[in-house]
Amino acid sequence: MNHLPLLASTLFYFLSCCWAVLSFRSGEFRAGRFNVITIALGVIAQSCFLIQQGEINHACPIRTLPEIIIFLSWAIGIFYLVIGTTYRISLMGTFTAPLILGLQSIAFLLPAEKIPSMIPMNPWIEMHAALSLVAFGAFGLSCISGMMFLVQERQLKSQHPDPIFHHLPPIRILEEATIRLLWMGLILLTISFAAGWIASHSILGLKFWISLLIWGAYSLVLFLNQKHRLTGHRLALSVIIIFFFSLLVLPLIGYVSDLALR
Amino acid sequence: MNIFCAGLNYKTTSLEIRERFAVSDDEMEKLLRHFRAIEGVSGAAILSTCNRVEFYVSTLCPLQALHSCHSILQERIGVDIPLYHYSTPDAVRHLFRVASGLDSMVLGETEIFGQVKNAYSFSVKRGMTTRTLHRLFQHTFRVAKHVRTETHITRGASSVGSVAVQLAEKIFGNLDLCRVMILGAGEISERTARSLQSRGVRSLIVSNRHYDKAVALAAEIGGMALHFDHWEKNILDVDIIISATGAPHAILTVEKIKPLLKQRQGRPLFIIDLAVPRDVEPSINKMEGVFLYDIDSLQKIASDSIEVRRQEVVRCESLIEENVKEFLRWMKNIPLSVS
Repeated sequence: MNHLPLLASTLFYFLSCCWAVLSFRSGEFRAGRFNVITIALGVIAQSCFLIQQGEINHACPIRTLPEIIIFLSWAIGIFYLVIGTTYRISLMGTFTAPLILGLQSIAFLLPAEKIPSMIPMNPWIEMHAALSLVAFGAFGLSCISGMMFLVQERQLKSQHPDPIFHHLPPIRILEEATIRLLWMGLILLTISFAAGWIASHSILGLKFWISLLIWGAYSLVLFLNQKHRLTGHRLALSVIIIFFFSLLVLPLIGYVSDLALR
Repeated sequence: MNIFCAGLNYKTTSLEIRERFAVSDDEMEKLLRHFRAIEGVSGAAILSTCNRVEFYVSTLCPLQALHSCHSILQERIGVDIPLYHYSTPDAVRHLFRVASGLDSMVLGETEIFGQVKNAYSFSVKRGMTTRTLHRLFQHTFRVAKHVRTETHITRGASSVGSVAVQLAEKIFGNLDLCRVMILGAGEISERTARSLQSRGVRSLIVSNRHYDKAVALAAEIGGMALHFDHWEKNILDVDIIISATGAPHAILTVEKIKPLLKQRQGRPLFIIDLAVPRDVEPSINKMEGVFLYDIDSLQKIASDSIEVRRQEVVRCESLIEENVKEFLRWMKNIPLSVS
């Protein structure tokens, strides 16, 4: 297995993070093309790695835990390039790069052992797994958008805004971006669940209920938002909490589920 | 070939004199022709704003241009006004500084850039420019853009009104659909409302203890007057409140706002308290979705921005200096016949 593309992508995300830290420290914060370019290069390198793994596996490259994490961070990167740049919120890259870098670092540390439950692949299961990850890419970016909302809200509340205030988008735009990303993620997750149901793949009951709980939590957030029962602040907090809960619990459930199958 | 500049601005003359010097479009064409007729002058452009009137000419003889400039203007307004004047390289430096907002009354303001552009295009349309002037103005636009993007000279807002606008835009984004309520029909609330209007706000409600004053202000700014007894009921529909009443105690309290916030369906509320003593209880800022700024915090942001801009002047000057040198190198290499 050639790890060079993966190393290259990690390096690009690392550069993006360094740029953000240096800019913050100098107090001359300027979001710009650098973030977009480094993240785009990172995504290209990740794509090369995933294509290579796909050819080796003769299947979607989500057969080991590191592959799953890389696939997820790739999805977050893709969503950033599509949403972050079109919404004129290039600063999102500053928040996206550390999250992807963190995920990739974890992927490096984990053993590249094939997940037993993923071995007997069929197209529906592959679709289910791949779409779930892409959905979590959207949720990941909505979490970043939520974080940006909280930072900007804090700036506005402080009455003495820092230089970053000038570069962050309006809170209404961030709220709108968060909601759109949530819708995107929820639709993809629902399709992925449907694919999983068609595949009739037997899964651990706990995994089923936790997945349903996450789906329900995101649905509830969107429902309350539609009914104007959720302020921007609470929306941001909710998406951050649900995403980090998913990030912690789902791999753990996956691990338990694999142990049960072994 | 020399570039020569002469003029007057807010630093050298009073508003009364600048008013007499102000050049309308019709007069500008006539003046440009006068300048072009001066011996040795090949091209001319006039920059006329509320803060300055400046003449830029490409000439073989700057001294002759200065004398003629004086006599043309004296003839026009009847009094002799001492003009400041520069020739290459100072004239080039001056134009670069002017277009970058370094010579403006409000340091770093960007309106001047458009005004310089208009002055240039006016002259181009009437065939009054030369290759040197054309190149000078093109270089000026490049420098001004460079200064604006590479430094913080335009950072932040420099007045209470513009700070309020900036904050409102950071909350709501586009202000087109924002509804504003003004409590107290004083001058400062009017100015702030006008700043918001200039950025797209269309719906304004004015409420004042003396209804007639509310009606007068509403008529002046194109808003709607409201009896002071009814303003609380209308908070539900507004996004921005500008409060500057003469009330001796807070008129907007947590108790009043709390039940209304629930009915606002999560929409943020921006409160600008310009009154002394304050009209709004400071603890309102702790409420979710409410952003409160009083006169002190707005003034602090404005003065911080001005300070940031001041600190940037050295960087701007050094960028300008590099560009002056670059322009002079170009000037040196052009043959006299095509300049």
